[in-house]
Amino acid sequence: MSYVEPLWEVFLRADRGLSHVHVGSLHAPDPEVAVLSARDLYTRRSEGVSLWVVRSENIHTSDPGKRAQYFESAAEKPYRHARHYAVPEGLNL
Amino acid sequence: MTEQEQFDEVVRAGRTVESADWMPDGYRATLIRQIAQHAHSEIIGMQPEGAWLTRAPSLRRKAILIAKVQDEAGHGLYLYGAAETLGISRSEMLDLLHADKHRYAMSFDYGVPTWADVAALGWLGDGAAIVNQVPLSRCSYGPYARAMARVCKEESFHQRQGFEAMAALVAGTDAQRAMAQAAVDRWWWPALMLFGPPDDESPRTADSMRWGIKRNTNDELRRKFVDMTAPQAEHLGLTLPDPKLRRRDDGTYEFTTIDLEEFTNNLRGQGPYARQRRDYRRDAHANGAWVREAVAAFQARAQIEPEVA
Repeated sequence: MSYVEPLWEVFLRADRGLSHVHVGSLHAPDPEVAVLSARDLYTRRSEGVSLWVVRSENIHTSDPGKRAQYFESAAEKPYRHARHYAVPEGLNL
Repeated sequence: MTEQEQFDEVVRAGRTVESADWMPDGYRATLIRQIAQHAHSEIIGMQPEGAWLTRAPSLRRKAILIAKVQDEAGHGLYLYGAAETLGISRSEMLDLLHADKHRYAMSFDYGVPTWADVAALGWLGDGAAIVNQVPLSRCSYGPYARAMARVCKEESFHQRQGFEAMAALVAGTDAQRAMAQAAVDRWWWPALMLFGPPDDESPRTADSMRWGIKRNTNDELRRKFVDMTAPQAEHLGLTLPDPKLRRRDDGTYEFTTIDLEEFTNNLRGQGPYARQRRDYRRDAHANGAWVREAVAAFQARAQIEPEVA
């Protein structure tokens, strides 16, 4: 018996107007069972109004070893933030 | 910076390590052992209470107990999921449990002969578990910390329902009060054992503290639990079975620590119900094999004959 139910990542929307947020993972044979299991596992106390399940193997991540390469250059671009610019006193700009 | 230095810096700064990050082999192995032990404990922990589902004294108590046992299944699954992010599969962990190569909290290797034991297990056992688990929701490994935050949020109801069931018993007849006291006598020491060996007998504590997996030592947490619980027992009019228990002027308590010999025997799988718990778990797994085989067969067939829309 080598069959292993695939792994799914579960995302939960806590309320209308909010994003789905990753809450954990589970094993299930297909999407329908994955959604049902996600309901049983992650929403026993009215934690949400919508669930997404995604096969874990379909999630691709940025390389943690290249974190600096990916994200640090943003720190050198303070002009992308509104607070970079001086606002003359008394003006509602 | 080397990978080791980066890791040390993240831990030192109190930030979290995530699954794709580099981590020392010892850190990974310690986490796998601890999270799997924790997951197994939730799953084995369903047995002593599950046995009382059909005998709960009222419909309300039954509904509460079902919800609690269901939570424990859920907690086991959250934790297996967290451990899987470290590169071990759930089926491997279960195989190791069934082969007696993984441990679970041996406090569950004690019996629950009366309904009062169910109440005591909730009040004292889950009470101890919460004290143990709250600091883990701030541990350095992100997936474990997040799973524990979820577990802790759900767990406080477990302790309170136990306390409430105890309160109902002590407000009852003399026989019910005696039953409550006998259950406390049985469960006090197993609850204290949930915190693990005393600090000077716990060789792994130093590494775990350095790595931010543990935030407090076993004895610190055990003391905290005693300080919280002794006044609760007093409120219920129940006596904790420790002749040395005494309130100090600062509100903390003097108490006797666990019997190391009993603890060590339990660790060796010699607890009174150890055989029963393990056999039951192995049987449950074996008896569920046909379901796993049916799922596999159904999936295999779906690959050959795609469903016509």
